[in-house]
Amino acid sequence: MAHIYLDNAATTPMAKPVIAAMTEQMEQDFGNPSSTHWFGRQAHTVMDASRQVLAASINARPENIQITSGATEANNTAITEVAHANRDKGNHIITTAIEHPSVLKPLAQLEKEGYDVTYLPVDEAGHISLADFDAALDDRTILVSVMTGNNEVGSVMPIQAIGHRLADHQAVFHTDATQAYGLLDLDVDALGVDLLSVSAHKINGPKGIGFLYRRAGVNFPPLLRGGEQESKRRAGTENVAAVAGFAAAVKLITPQEKADRQAKYLGFKQQIQDSLRGAGVDFVVNGTVEAGALNHVFNLWFPGVSTYALQTNLDLAGFAVSGGSACTAGSLEPSHVLTAMYGADSPRIAESIRVSFGKATTTMDIAQFIQALIKIVTRLRAKAAK
Amino acid sequence: MMVIILDNSNTRVVVGMSGGVDSSVTALLLKQQGYDVVGVFMKNWDDTDENGVCTATTDYEDVAKVAAEIGIPYYAINFEKEYWDRVFQYFLDEYKAGRTPNPDVMCNKEIKFKAFLDYAEELDADYIAMGHYAQTTTDDDGVVHMLRGADGNKDQTYFLSQLSQDQLKKSLFPIGHLQKPEVRAIAAEYGLATAAKKDSTGICFIGERNFKQFLSTYLPAQPGKMMTVDGVEMGTHDGLMYYTIGQRSGLGIGGNTQNSEPWFVVGKDLATNTLYVGQGFNHPALMATSLDASQMSFFTGHAPAEQFHCTAKFRYRQKDTGVTVTMNGDQAKIVFDEPVRAITPGQAVVLYDGAECLGGGTIDLAYNDAKVLQYI
Repeated sequence: MAHIYLDNAATTPMAKPVIAAMTEQMEQDFGNPSSTHWFGRQAHTVMDASRQVLAASINARPENIQITSGATEANNTAITEVAHANRDKGNHIITTAIEHPSVLKPLAQLEKEGYDVTYLPVDEAGHISLADFDAALDDRTILVSVMTGNNEVGSVMPIQAIGHRLADHQAVFHTDATQAYGLLDLDVDALGVDLLSVSAHKINGPKGIGFLYRRAGVNFPPLLRGGEQESKRRAGTENVAAVAGFAAAVKLITPQEKADRQAKYLGFKQQIQDSLRGAGVDFVVNGTVEAGALNHVFNLWFPGVSTYALQTNLDLAGFAVSGGSACTAGSLEPSHVLTAMYGADSPRIAESIRVSFGKATTTMDIAQFIQALIKIVTRLRAKAAK
Repeated sequence: MMVIILDNSNTRVVVGMSGGVDSSVTALLLKQQGYDVVGVFMKNWDDTDENGVCTATTDYEDVAKVAAEIGIPYYAINFEKEYWDRVFQYFLDEYKAGRTPNPDVMCNKEIKFKAFLDYAEELDADYIAMGHYAQTTTDDDGVVHMLRGADGNKDQTYFLSQLSQDQLKKSLFPIGHLQKPEVRAIAAEYGLATAAKKDSTGICFIGERNFKQFLSTYLPAQPGKMMTVDGVEMGTHDGLMYYTIGQRSGLGIGGNTQNSEPWFVVGKDLATNTLYVGQGFNHPALMATSLDASQMSFFTGHAPAEQFHCTAKFRYRQKDTGVTVTMNGDQAKIVFDEPVRAITPGQAVVLYDGAECLGGGTIDLAYNDAKVLQYI
């Protein structure tokens, strides 16, 4: 059975040039970039060259890129360390109700420590309101963390508008750009962000590598201590091969490539909607289909069809989609994003799936997926009606 | 010689995998028989502790290992709500009514062979399979009969006694013909991760925890008088729900000068909140000659006759007793060939005809001849 992968918001396959860059790195160099000999210098050169590429991708300077083990570490570092370092200036933090758990969990911990966190609500499209933001912001606010785009429904947040509002405010502005990186043009100066997190494996790079952009002048102590790597901001011997792979992945994402992908993915959404409607299959889009959104994510509600049954049947038929995040015992946690958008009592929470497209997804993949989806949904609804 | 090779590859069997050795071998045997096997782990109870750890995690990890070893896909399904509504509420209600519930019987009837079967059918299953020690056979008329598991020590038909013909027709019990040591040996032979895993004990949601403490978090305990059947006050009890008919331990009374025999729970009166105790394992108040049962259910869909003689078990792993059953709708009067000790209202009475398990019901009242024993 052929397996078709439609869960690219979870992770993506590594691109061939990425594998080539990593293989070359692993075969040719193994040195520790901190070593003061020939082997170390070889590795150091790779780090420098890669950091240039990463920095350029968001219009930053290389010295402001701190390599991390991924977006989870970048988010944890940004939130926890900024809050602790600015405790004397206030204890208020603003975020949204639909952030990734690697933002929400550190914030929950800060709440236990006495910080006051405002969770901006979202509407049914997954958008926050700037009026809510303005109402929440005060002179106690020390940190604002708002994701660039959402990983479950693809809604995009008004980062630039928030950046403008915070231009003369003490609060440090962090954005988790994990899902948006690779689809939207991100310029840290134009957006007015101080900190920005990304991960390589969402853009056909390797797992276990990412970075935290940090604007010059935004200072806080390291999360990981015990080494002078990353300009003393992140201890631990560098994963040089993964960094080389990350840079190779970033090089593939040209502005044209981003635009092409966004257009292609929007087309897939249209293809799915048109086919389902044509087949008379009842469904509702969670969020909205809009040009400026993260088009790789498509979240669909099939009333009366459980997420478990739909996702499992699709997998058994060879189509990988997401049913949401699973707990350690495998059962699905109710989505906090859909809950924020539609309320905890909405049937959507237990009856939705997320389809997410990638570089390798083809129109034929989507056509086959739609065929299986229609068959499964129709069968499940017929069974329920019995 | 003509060899008929059955092609099972188009027959999908969804196996309830618990992370234990029995369901692991169940899945393995079906895979070897060529079925399209899908493993599904049921999460029925949330016991996440303050550190975020739940026992289901380890079990699910074991399912993942075994499924990978066998080469089948595996998934999880959450039935916490169904379990709470259909099993746990019943469990609490029975205790409130002064009875001793059997949540395992209810779990099989409502969850494993109902909610799970429904879900398996959503996955296009032809059958579900479980790692129970029970066997089935189909007669010439296509009726499925339930047989005891081959391992007399492990036979689980007692817990399956409320299943219907429709449920049975959809169910496979691939290890029912095996002895438990054989099951472990197969698991070891194929290197399954669960080959040496300890069997789970106790009711699934209580696990290894203190039962009394668990129950007290859901039901208020009402201490009351503890008396002999002759009306002598013997002290106080902690709450009727903590005591089971025939139970010895936990009474806190020693022997006296005339009689050094231990004390047992011989009765309960919910109306006066009184616990009756008596001396001697075979205290007369513990001996019953018949019982009334309700919710009588037969695997074939009907009782063998309006009145029939067969054998019965009144609790799991008990020796069979000869009984005469007289049906009255879905109720029955069951008269024992010889007196039976500690018949407990709320528990299952399960009927057998030789190797066949006929079905069963729920014990409502116990009698000593015409006298109702004061058990609730």
